[in-house]
Amino acid sequence: MNKNERNARYNAYVESKIPKTHNFPSLFYAFIIGGIICVLGQTIKDTLLSIFDTMTPQEASNWASIGLIFLASLLTGLGVFDDIGAIAGAGTIVPITGFSNSIASSALDFKREGIIFGMCSKMFIVAGPVIVNGVVASIVVGLIYLIIEAF
Amino acid sequence: MENKQTIFFKNKPTIISSYSIAGPKESYSVFAPYFDLVLKDDLWDCDSYELAERKMLEHVIFNAIERAKLQPKEIDALICGDLLNQIISSSFAARRFDVTYIGLFGACSTMAESLAVGACLVDAGYFDNVACATASHFSSVERQFRMPLELGNQRPPTAQWTVTGGGCSVLSNKGIGPQITMATFGKVVDFNVTDANNMGAAMAPSAMTTMLVHFQNTKTTPDDYDLIVTGDLGKLGAEILIDLMEYNGYKLGQNYIDCGHCIYTNEQNTFMGGSGCGCSAVMLNSYILQKMREKVYNKVLFIATGALLSTTSSFQGESIPGIAHAIVLENKR
Amino acid sequence: MFDLLLYLKVFFVGGFICSIAQVLIIKTKITSARILVMFVVLGVFLEGVGVFDYLVQFAESGVTIPILGFGKALAEGAILGAQESGLIGVFTGGLTKTAGGIAAAVAFAYLFAIIFDARTKKNM
Repeated sequence: MNKNERNARYNAYVESKIPKTHNFPSLFYAFIIGGIICVLGQTIKDTLLSIFDTMTPQEASNWASIGLIFLASLLTGLGVFDDIGAIAGAGTIVPITGFSNSIASSALDFKREGIIFGMCSKMFIVAGPVIVNGVVASIVVGLIYLIIEAF
Repeated sequence: MENKQTIFFKNKPTIISSYSIAGPKESYSVFAPYFDLVLKDDLWDCDSYELAERKMLEHVIFNAIERAKLQPKEIDALICGDLLNQIISSSFAARRFDVTYIGLFGACSTMAESLAVGACLVDAGYFDNVACATASHFSSVERQFRMPLELGNQRPPTAQWTVTGGGCSVLSNKGIGPQITMATFGKVVDFNVTDANNMGAAMAPSAMTTMLVHFQNTKTTPDDYDLIVTGDLGKLGAEILIDLMEYNGYKLGQNYIDCGHCIYTNEQNTFMGGSGCGCSAVMLNSYILQKMREKVYNKVLFIATGALLSTTSSFQGESIPGIAHAIVLENKR
Repeated sequence: MFDLLLYLKVFFVGGFICSIAQVLIIKTKITSARILVMFVVLGVFLEGVGVFDYLVQFAESGVTIPILGFGKALAEGAILGAQESGLIGVFTGGLTKTAGGIAAAVAFAYLFAIIFDARTKKNM
């Protein structure tokens, strides 16, 4: 038996040995907590709109995002967010709270290496790819829009 | 058939003292009563987890030497390793002792590796007393190898939990205690496992390889040992090793335990159990050596396994090479 | 006026998006960082082809609070910029539109990192 064949057999065997997890509870928590976070955002938005007559829906939804970002950073600082995240999984990662948590947790973690080279430079180790890919993709979309407009 | 991987010691270096330390999570372990010191706070009044790991290492070395009724200057060599880059915990801890220092990197196999190297030096008569130590800290390792601590992600079901803890053994050419009679140094084995969250599967083949060579060279079988201990394969890795050994014609029975598998309780949600240098170091220097001194076990095969990956190699998609070193501990008849 | 139906839609759509991501995490071993990247790019794409506005009309925060909304805002900004000021707008639009969220995340992260320290994950 050559090495590649042995490795392939071993990996297939390992795959069969990995215990099957119960998917349903984690899906359920992701659904519930993800839903609650979105409802919270909607509540902030609607409350602001009802209080301030001059506010546009766009402004209100920006404030809702910023409110959730604040909350997620605070919970991260207090050390609660990772406990919620361990239960909710994608339920806290996918909403804007996950973006905020990834920045705040990196900042907290690398504080020991100093403010400049630790905290500030490592802030985006997790969130960086999100911004980079989003920005590049949006520029591509904008360029395509310009090209279509030209014809 | 016989190869040179196994060394039979003529003078049989003795483990004259040992000391172990463990973190707060490990205090719930069923073996916790055997640990010499259990920390209530894993930062241990330090400014960072790296400093706490270093302090643990300094503490175990200092206390093991003291327990052997020796002065640090009577120690001829300190053999030490850890998981952080450039083994900073070991080297920086050694800075505090005016002792010849030999730094090792064997990932989680460090405890067995340092004892095996130390036994060779003592057996050959070059050194009289040697201290072998290692430690690991969950938070420092998590920071280095995985993600920020406060990131709200989920750990996959095959993940293991790095043990916060450390241990030190003092080897001597005289004195009383369990003796190291044989050592088998391992080869680097890679079965092309790439999942860094499944260390048990990555390391099990190396444990098997070393075990097979050891059994063949020493003409022993698993039944010849009161206890066979592997380091930190975890639940899954231990099951794989049992299967692999059975495939090769050796049956690991009731006398086989894995430190990673049994150090945490089921309620602690560590999934596959413990890992890290500290895992086997804590267990060896507390429960196992204590039970040997009480003559509950008289012949123990101790195999610590290590996954020799780095964050760079993981990100570059390389598979995880494993290493396993074995030592045999025996009570004098 | 409290619109219960809207809130139900927000809850179910938001929850549904998160559970899709959860399925991907469990089934494919994709790390959460990659999931976020995928969803952002998906948001950009949906806005680019003009579908996202219908989703927003249907479920409001249910689609804008998930990271999809961040992608939508980037693409929306880039297109608006292109309409208003041509090529330069393509580059300035996306980040202008999302500047509030990014700046808030950075500022709060800075603030709380100064105040708090990272802790070991607890016994669970």
